Amino acid sequence: MSALTAELKRGLDAPICLTWELTYACNLACIHCLSSSGRRDPRELTTDEAKALVDELRRMQVFYVNIGGGEPTIRRDFFDIVDYCVAGGVGVKFSTNGAFIDAAVARRLAGTDYLDVQISLDGIDASTNDAVRGQGSYAIARRAMDHLAAAGFGPFKISLVVTRHNVEQLDEFKQLADSYGAQLRVTRLRPSGRGADTWHELHPTSAQQRQIYRWLLAHGDDVLTGDSFFHLNALGEPLPGLNLCGAGRVVCLIDPIGDVYACPFVIHDEFLAGNVRDPGGFARIWSESELFLELREPQSAGACASCGSYDACQGGCMAAKFFTGLPLDGPDPECVGGDGELALAGVASGSVPRPAADHSKPVRSSPVTFVRR
Amino acid sequence: MPAVTNSPAALVDRALELAPRVALRPEPFGALAYHYDTRRLVFLKDRDLVRVVEALASQPTLGAAFDTCAIADHRRAAFERAIAGLVESEMVRERADR
Repeated sequence: MSALTAELKRGLDAPICLTWELTYACNLACIHCLSSSGRRDPRELTTDEAKALVDELRRMQVFYVNIGGGEPTIRRDFFDIVDYCVAGGVGVKFSTNGAFIDAAVARRLAGTDYLDVQISLDGIDASTNDAVRGQGSYAIARRAMDHLAAAGFGPFKISLVVTRHNVEQLDEFKQLADSYGAQLRVTRLRPSGRGADTWHELHPTSAQQRQIYRWLLAHGDDVLTGDSFFHLNALGEPLPGLNLCGAGRVVCLIDPIGDVYACPFVIHDEFLAGNVRDPGGFARIWSESELFLELREPQSAGACASCGSYDACQGGCMAAKFFTGLPLDGPDPECVGGDGELALAGVASGSVPRPAADHSKPVRSSPVTFVRR
Repeated sequence: MPAVTNSPAALVDRALELAPRVALRPEPFGALAYHYDTRRLVFLKDRDLVRVVEALASQPTLGAAFDTCAIADHRRAAFERAIAGLVESEMVRERADR
């Protein structure tokens, strides 16, 4: 373990990578949505509260925030909040399904400094993508990309969650990104939110895990990963990025109602550190919450202690273990040594924690509709 | 990017500064530097190195910044390499004022 990794495990004075989900409202209903989004939560932070939070982030010298949701652009004050961030020197990268990016919005985005846009796309064609993200969502995303390119936005990001159905499309995704002058971002599917119900059918097979590792290794820094594949480092040469779980140490999540969780993939009471509306606000949660202080303590390798690959993979992802019912001090469910599969077989049905705060819309079979509140 | 490392004068004799649109954030181990244009994040893993970087703009040369910060001679070669790395990553740049 490098000296730097050791330092990062003890936590930073402020997060490097902070995800801020502005709303649980969403026009889509992706079957792997890690925040179970759909309906707006009435307790959502107001515009003034959001701006006060930005003030706090600026005082903590948070360099940038990753804004997401739900679909963040559904909020009427979306641009107010974004403009307030960048005016204060807090850069913004926001994730969107693209529904509200028309020509005019694309021009506005292109004219804003310190701003990155990330369009989600989980299949290279409509049938692969729409099976996960909903009917019509492929066309929506491609149209948004066309608008951004036409507006001269520059290198926006195309963000792909890798599943067993799109692994074979990685090369085509790279070509698509290149054709737009965009940057490809590939991240790991987690069994979080509605993903808890679909992970078992969607997550890459163990042969595909190896394929993903080789592909990422070959593409190096050309492809962004949010450092989400460090569990694959047990296969050999480490992938680029910080090889550690950053939860509560260098990353965290602020959800639409101001709840602060250890990372974007663990929306559950067990990983809830506090609420930005509490006295002392976000800064106090980051520096003093019991949960975060505990996560910054040396973690036990548990069942992985005797495995020679532990230094390489760090036992994998906390969220992936938690929502598949595995102990946190044991193998990742996608452990490349096969230990995760064995462990999963021993998980008693009914003992797996359920994701909290389900904001899913009632099930309906009609195509995607757009409602902007 | 100015090819500082290939210039005739050694890096210690050059006038440097933190690039505009780069923010330094103090951390227990040193500091984080973030470049708002390249979106690159760099770790400065020594508090003395952070002091040197902060002193660059007010000193005529890198060597003068070492002197001001009382950096021991035996550490200067390593610090110079670190600064060269920061120039490479566009976090630090040559000053145009001389």
